[in-house]
Amino acid sequence: MQFDFSSEQKELQTSVRRFFTDNSPNSAARGVLESTAGHDESLWKKVGEQGFLAAAIPEAQGGVGAGYLELCVVAQEAGRALAALPTVSSIYQAAEFLMAVGTPEQQAKWLPRLASGEAIGTVAVTEAAGPLNPKAITTRVTNQRLTGTKLPVADGSAADFAIVAAKDEHSGISLFIAELAADGVERTPVETVDPSRKHARLDFDGAVVEPLGAPGEGLALIERIRDRAAVLTAFEQIGGAQAALDMARDYALQRFAFGRQIGSFQAIKHMLADMYVSLELARSNAYYGAWALSVDSDRLPAAAASARVAATQAYQLCAANNIQVHGGMGFTWEFDCHLHYRRSNYLALALGGPSHWEERLIESVRVNPALKAA
Amino acid sequence: MNFDDTPEEAAFRSKARDWISANAPRELHAGLSKLGFGQSDAGVGDPMQAAKQWQKKKQEGGWAALRWPREYGGAGASAIEQVIWQSEEGAYAKLGGAFTIGLGMCGPTLMTWGTEEDKRKRLPKLASGEEIWCQLFSEPIAGSDLAGIRTRAAPEGDEWVVNGQKIWTSGAKESDWGLLIARTDTGVAKHRGLTMFFLDMKSPGVEVRPIKQMNGDAHFNEVYFTDVRIPDAQRLGAVGQGWTVALTTLMNERMSIGGSMPTGFDELLNYAEEIETEHGRAINDPRVRSRLASYAVKATGLQYSAYRSISALSRGEEPGPENSIGKLVAGSMLQDVSRFALDLQGEYGLIIDEKLSPDNARFQRMLMRSPATRIEGGSDEILRNIIAERVLGLPADIRVDKDVAFDRIPTAASAGGR
Ligand SMILES: Cc1cc2nc3c(=O)[nH]c(=O)nc-3n(C[C@H](O)[C@H](O)[C@H](O)COP(=O)(O)OP(=O)(O)OC[C@H]3O[C@@H](n4cnc5c(N)ncnc54)[C@H](O)[C@@H]3O)c2cc1C
Repeated sequence: MQFDFSSEQKELQTSVRRFFTDNSPNSAARGVLESTAGHDESLWKKVGEQGFLAAAIPEAQGGVGAGYLELCVVAQEAGRALAALPTVSSIYQAAEFLMAVGTPEQQAKWLPRLASGEAIGTVAVTEAAGPLNPKAITTRVTNQRLTGTKLPVADGSAADFAIVAAKDEHSGISLFIAELAADGVERTPVETVDPSRKHARLDFDGAVVEPLGAPGEGLALIERIRDRAAVLTAFEQIGGAQAALDMARDYALQRFAFGRQIGSFQAIKHMLADMYVSLELARSNAYYGAWALSVDSDRLPAAAASARVAATQAYQLCAANNIQVHGGMGFTWEFDCHLHYRRSNYLALALGGPSHWEERLIESVRVNPALKAA
Repeated sequence: MNFDDTPEEAAFRSKARDWISANAPRELHAGLSKLGFGQSDAGVGDPMQAAKQWQKKKQEGGWAALRWPREYGGAGASAIEQVIWQSEEGAYAKLGGAFTIGLGMCGPTLMTWGTEEDKRKRLPKLASGEEIWCQLFSEPIAGSDLAGIRTRAAPEGDEWVVNGQKIWTSGAKESDWGLLIARTDTGVAKHRGLTMFFLDMKSPGVEVRPIKQMNGDAHFNEVYFTDVRIPDAQRLGAVGQGWTVALTTLMNERMSIGGSMPTGFDELLNYAEEIETEHGRAINDPRVRSRLASYAVKATGLQYSAYRSISALSRGEEPGPENSIGKLVAGSMLQDVSRFALDLQGEYGLIIDEKLSPDNARFQRMLMRSPATRIEGGSDEILRNIIAERVLGLPADIRVDKDVAFDRIPTAASAGGR
């Protein structure tokens, strides 16, 4: 057993962190938040050149072929830097769907471009409030043509294609690839809690699509890919939680009240200690998820759900308490506290909300009660 | 990142497994498995005798005090091997309660500060369970503020004469030896006037009085010292260096308590599969599942955090204050889990009679024992202070007793209290 990242992976982390510090200051995320831009295009281009997000895509498909542990390291730094990038949609999901069930043609067409950042893919599943279930999907495909509405779709305005869950002719739920610049597709920006990662409404009116994966297997596939995406997203969440904790700690050291640093009041110290504890529990769960993802373990469903539940709790706690520590200043538009507050709540709901993952955790623990490592 | 056993680790595991299946007291297994948190009586014969037999057998087989060097009765094993042993020992580990303080805290302190002769004489008997140790630190006036203790040790020839009182001393009644911190100088700041000793608990002038705990047990005790004589050769560290020596003990306490804390999660999960609620079996009730999920990530988070520290340890890094999270999380979780389990039982949950209560009154016992976990060995508040100050770098609490001679520090008495 060696339950940590290797020294090479830690070196990678140092250089990725330096890259994001130089190229993605909080002001960059704020720039996207305050504009109509879909994402930070210049950062996306540079990340593509570096190949950071292509870590887990094989070389033969235009990726770097390093592995998932490396991708986890990058995700953590992207989260820490609040990077305004389509990571969750294009890398953690679209690329994973293609690698899992894409035909050689589909893979050849899209994977190299996803790896380099030339193209963006997304996933369009949700149509209505409430959890994902077959009844909640009314979008329909007949004769390779898609009709219906998906809302909200992450990076829906910027994406080149979407992987769409829709009813097929046999009434099961299947997946389809829809190119979004094609006829019969209308995209409308949607306001969400975190405009540094834009969302859109997609209206399909007879748009031409091609199937992805086996018919009727849509929901099972979505679950399978979400397990993988959950681990990667958990690393973004712990990166963000760490940044929020660091901000709060720094402010507690610098702000004075009653003639002393506010960080010398136990109420503040203990709040920060609780944030730290929550983050460390999340980090340990995320490490286990990273291991399970990297070796394709049969414990991945339980590991992914644990990573996801713990990371969501930690980021939401750290982001909310960061505002609390900052007092009135924390509630201003000008201070960056709300960027983490927004991001923590967006990431909490992407891939299905906390209660969905709690549910999945208990289901997988029952199937595989060996929570223990050995 | 590798979670699987290496070939060497796998070999160690199967060797441990074979040895346990050939040597463990199998007749106790069922009783031990049913025991709740903090219980050690498997219900077959004298628990202390069973504990000592198992410890002795382990030591003879080379499975006791795993990380200690062989010349002191240990097995010279690595941190990871110790974890593997613990997971294989399973329920039998519950027999070892009486030795935890000796093996986990007193032994390592002696190892760091004792003379070669002390170590060769005492440690092997500790490892084999022949001698039990206790930790004589807390006093009525000073627990969290350990450096405020008042038990006096005065030099007389090549001996020290000890007078005063300790309290909350776990296992003192059964103990052969004690690790004692005492004040040897009242005219200097409190941390500087302390000295550490070890003593024979049968020494004249030592009187042990059990204290009945809120859960009805009496594991902790008051210990009175009246002109107790300790040879100077049983001093650990220099005169006035007691605080530094105590930090060795406390650091090991954190590792041994925090590293392998039970949280109650496994018990609750199993129980939720059994008990019926108005929505069928509890495990099928979404409210129950949501609570279980929150507990699950704490339990796994602690477990994997322990693996992270062991990995760090195996790379030669020192265990740091990060390990404080173990007991902090587990303490309130045990309390919360037990309340939740009782809630699932409805009014029936009131019953603590083991013969009537479902699941051997396991959760009722947990309810009544868990408040102690949040206090013993560093309260929740002290642990949060440690994390805030030593991990996050926040300012220390403002102290009114800093740089003040011990005999001038304000107390309840000097403030006009009782
Ligand atoms: C079951 C059990 C077994 C024990 N076994 C042993 C043993 O074997 N040997 C031994 O030496 N001791 C033992 N103890 C004693 C234990 O270590 C002390 O009880 C503990 O350190 C707390 O000290 P106290 O009881 O004096 O409480 P106090 O220190 O008086 O604390 C009272 C309250 O004040 C809070 N508080 C104190 N200081 C601060 C601060 N700076 N900031 C914020 N809050 C603060 C505490 O958190 C607590 O809530 C045992 C205790 C228990 C419950």
